[in-house]
Amino acid sequence: MKIRFLIPLAVFLVMTAFLAIGLKLDPREVPSPLIGKEAPKFSLTDVMDASKAMSTYDLKGDAVLVNVWASWCVSCRQEHPILLDLAKRGEVTIYGINYKDTREEAQKWLRSYGNPYHSSAFDPNGHTGIDWGVYGVPETFVLDKQGVIRHKHTGPLTQAVIEDELLPIIRKLRGEP
Amino acid sequence: MMAEFGHFTLILALMMALIQGTLPLIGASRNIKSWMLSGLYAGRAQFLFLSLSFGSLICCFIQNDFSVLYVAEHSNSDLPLYYRIAATWGAHEGSMLLWATILAFWTLMVSSIQGSLSLDFHARVMGIMGLISLGMGLFVLLTSNPFTRLVPVPLDGHDLNPLLQDFGMTIHPPMLYMGYVGLSVVFSFAIAALLGNHLDSAWARWSRPWTLIAWIFLTFGITLGSWWAYYELGWGGWWFWDPVENASFMPWLVSTALLHSLAATEKRGAFKAWTVLLAIFAFSLSLLGTFLVRSGVLTSVHAFASDPTRGSFILVLLGLVVGGSLTIYALRAPKIREISEYALVSRESLLLVNNVLLVSAAASILLGTLYPLILDALKLGKISVGAPYFTSVFAPLMAPVFLLAGVATLVGWREASLSKLLRQLRYLGPTSLILGIALTAVFWQVDDLKTLSGLTMGIWLVATSLLSLWNRIRLRKRFVEGLLAQSTSFLGMTTAHIGIAVFLIGVVISNGYSQESVVRLAIGDSTDLAGYTFTFRGIEDVVGPNYKAKEATFTVTRGSSEEAVLRTEKRIYKVQRNNMTEAAISPGLTRDLYVALGDPIDQQTWSVRVYYKPFVRLIWLGGLIMMAGGFLSVIDKRYRLSHLIRSVSKTQTLQSPPRHS
Amino acid sequence: MRIMLLLIIGSLVAPLLGAVEVREFDDLEKQTRYEHLLKEVRCLVCQNQSLGDSDAELAKDLRDEIYSMIQSGQSEEEAISFLTDRYGDFVLYRPPFKSVTWLLWVGPVLFILAGGSIAFWPKRDKQRQANPKELTDEERLELDRLKRRID
Repeated sequence: MKIRFLIPLAVFLVMTAFLAIGLKLDPREVPSPLIGKEAPKFSLTDVMDASKAMSTYDLKGDAVLVNVWASWCVSCRQEHPILLDLAKRGEVTIYGINYKDTREEAQKWLRSYGNPYHSSAFDPNGHTGIDWGVYGVPETFVLDKQGVIRHKHTGPLTQAVIEDELLPIIRKLRGEP
Repeated sequence: MMAEFGHFTLILALMMALIQGTLPLIGASRNIKSWMLSGLYAGRAQFLFLSLSFGSLICCFIQNDFSVLYVAEHSNSDLPLYYRIAATWGAHEGSMLLWATILAFWTLMVSSIQGSLSLDFHARVMGIMGLISLGMGLFVLLTSNPFTRLVPVPLDGHDLNPLLQDFGMTIHPPMLYMGYVGLSVVFSFAIAALLGNHLDSAWARWSRPWTLIAWIFLTFGITLGSWWAYYELGWGGWWFWDPVENASFMPWLVSTALLHSLAATEKRGAFKAWTVLLAIFAFSLSLLGTFLVRSGVLTSVHAFASDPTRGSFILVLLGLVVGGSLTIYALRAPKIREISEYALVSRESLLLVNNVLLVSAAASILLGTLYPLILDALKLGKISVGAPYFTSVFAPLMAPVFLLAGVATLVGWREASLSKLLRQLRYLGPTSLILGIALTAVFWQVDDLKTLSGLTMGIWLVATSLLSLWNRIRLRKRFVEGLLAQSTSFLGMTTAHIGIAVFLIGVVISNGYSQESVVRLAIGDSTDLAGYTFTFRGIEDVVGPNYKAKEATFTVTRGSSEEAVLRTEKRIYKVQRNNMTEAAISPGLTRDLYVALGDPIDQQTWSVRVYYKPFVRLIWLGGLIMMAGGFLSVIDKRYRLSHLIRSVSKTQTLQSPPRHS
Repeated sequence: MRIMLLLIIGSLVAPLLGAVEVREFDDLEKQTRYEHLLKEVRCLVCQNQSLGDSDAELAKDLRDEIYSMIQSGQSEEEAISFLTDRYGDFVLYRPPFKSVTWLLWVGPVLFILAGGSIAFWPKRDKQRQANPKELTDEERLELDRLKRRID
């Protein structure tokens, strides 16, 4: 049998293998190019208190989570109880970036549903969000002690994500200088 | 009751497909006549049951039966009747049922030529189509059943996606499916021929009309889709290289190559293995398209609601059908005897070049469409491949096609003289160039090389096509006599080639010289574009059957004469509550004027988009001309059934079995 | 990512009109640069639309960013770097020529070469084999003469 005639079949099988793998992938997920880089600097105000400043400087010193949220975001409401739970456990500090919201709505939301954040930066025009490569709230970043982004999770958090994905990274980062 | 009836007939159709897909094939290899004939009856029964099934689904929509989940998701009692019927194929489940029904229709058509082919060959064709029907039927029944009930029954439905509430959109899918599914016929012919070792040139003559008809529908479907996108989506684009669009374009490119290859196989016995492979590729790409659109593997504005389970099923089906056929190809094709000989300068050679170019173009589009997936799967990062890539790759690949298509008709079969050819062309070349330069200089800018070369190539193609027609006509005494003496097949080819030239000219000019602007207009204000003045006259509220809208009226003048009155709307649909803009277009052969309402700035002022698009209609006119060419080819005497039987009854494939009981 | 769909469900069938912001530019070149960028950049929250064609909130924000960058005199490359620094190569519709995308850009050329060689190569061997009836020299001369008579 001439090899030439097997080429179409071979190419087809390779393509099918890729398609099969493709079924498990998400074509819309955008991986972050900021992983391994220092978190983009921002200097904003605290959402709860306009006179208080909050900047990337505050995020340094420990491995922390930064969660991007908004009061208009349905999925943020979904993940909120899990964040509250995590905050209560006290194992890791959670900071927030309030994205494209109004101060009034954001404060109302936190008061009604609880505030898991140590502090939340107020980013009404989304500029900081763009700098952090945010494209769909909620998004959660893991920062190390030096303020370098080490991991990003897009989409609402689940218990599984916290236990299997985020906490192991946090613990590892704590071991680093 | 209707839905259960539809469900029941679907199951019956599936059983018929099972019979049709197994008995004839076994019968053909073991020479059991009754089994070979069973394909005929099973196929016709399958068509009957599927028509009933699809008919019941349509009834469910007409009757607003919201206890059927599919109807509840895609219809609404306020939806006009016409759109309620069209909603049947507006989403995944119903469109898959339509796919299966159209396949049954083609099966019916193929069953009607049973008496003219040798029994075992026809049985194999029916058998293979039966297997495909079986696969698709199982897919619908097991993963995409449109007849599932919904309890509790909602008061009203979720309405059809407003984008689909449009005439163009309602006939575009059925036309495309007629094309995609029609390619299964030539596919089945090819596999049947491989299985029975029947690869003489008669096979090609039998396949050609079926391929032509499928190709015509596919051309129509794609042209329609492009035209729809242009007037509906509101920003003047007509092709976006979206994965789903590419999924329809690839089979078109390959089936065009297939048509040309079939011509060579039919006339000269050349390219037998190539033609079979192309037939397999064409249908495989149709199936691949079905997979890409419904599996969620690629992001697309056209994608149906994706579901990995469905994706896996289609992938398995794809693997079996395409993998199986390519395996049969690998086993049987080496045995094909290529008896034709031809020189380097010959029509065969040029057709081969055409095949290579078209298939390379299709392969490049496939590569670009799947590349992001490949990189992601290999964990090499995530990229996007969009219009900028495809246009920069596709145009250079297609340029030789435009240059050589007309030339090929001037070159003889087997062996042609290059010097003679060049002598014929020695005036045409410079003439086309001068004409191209002249037109570009007069109407546009002569240093615009893109437009210049595009125009020149279009003129060249028309000239070379007409020259070959003229060569034949002048053999007769009078022009009309000469024209009528040509076979419609030849006229069809000339027409189709002129069609692509018209298309090219439309693309080149509209791409190069369209103008647009986004402006802020208060009532009474005007804006100028390309010599036309657009004046915003007023805005009022209108109410439609299932939407409310703000309608803005514009008058367009050129100098002192009024060109058009344009009304554009911004609609809000009641149920899904989304905003849709209906653009207003003043169509014309030489230019389109286009106005679309933007966002309100205050009570009196709106942002408005205006466009001037020169010669954009030529794009779809070219498509229609191509279709006309295809139609002329199909009605050629050679393909009339009686003629086919008479002329090829001597060959092995097509010997009618002696009639004995 | 079904939850993501909830967020972006608006943009799926939203006013598919795209950029209707009225922009003012200092000169035509800046305008061309802006419009060109809008076609080359992908809307990240849409089902495959360019930044210019999309009406999503993020698309509007990014268009504003690009506008201010172009107006302030920045080049196309700088605007593109701004976006790829934050969102990666995914945001570009024209994949950059890198080691991983090498095959993508060279692929079409390879197809033509491969297709051409498969199609044309064996022909010459077959020609030699399948031509047992070689013409003698006299026959060839006779043939040429006849051919010339027909032309």
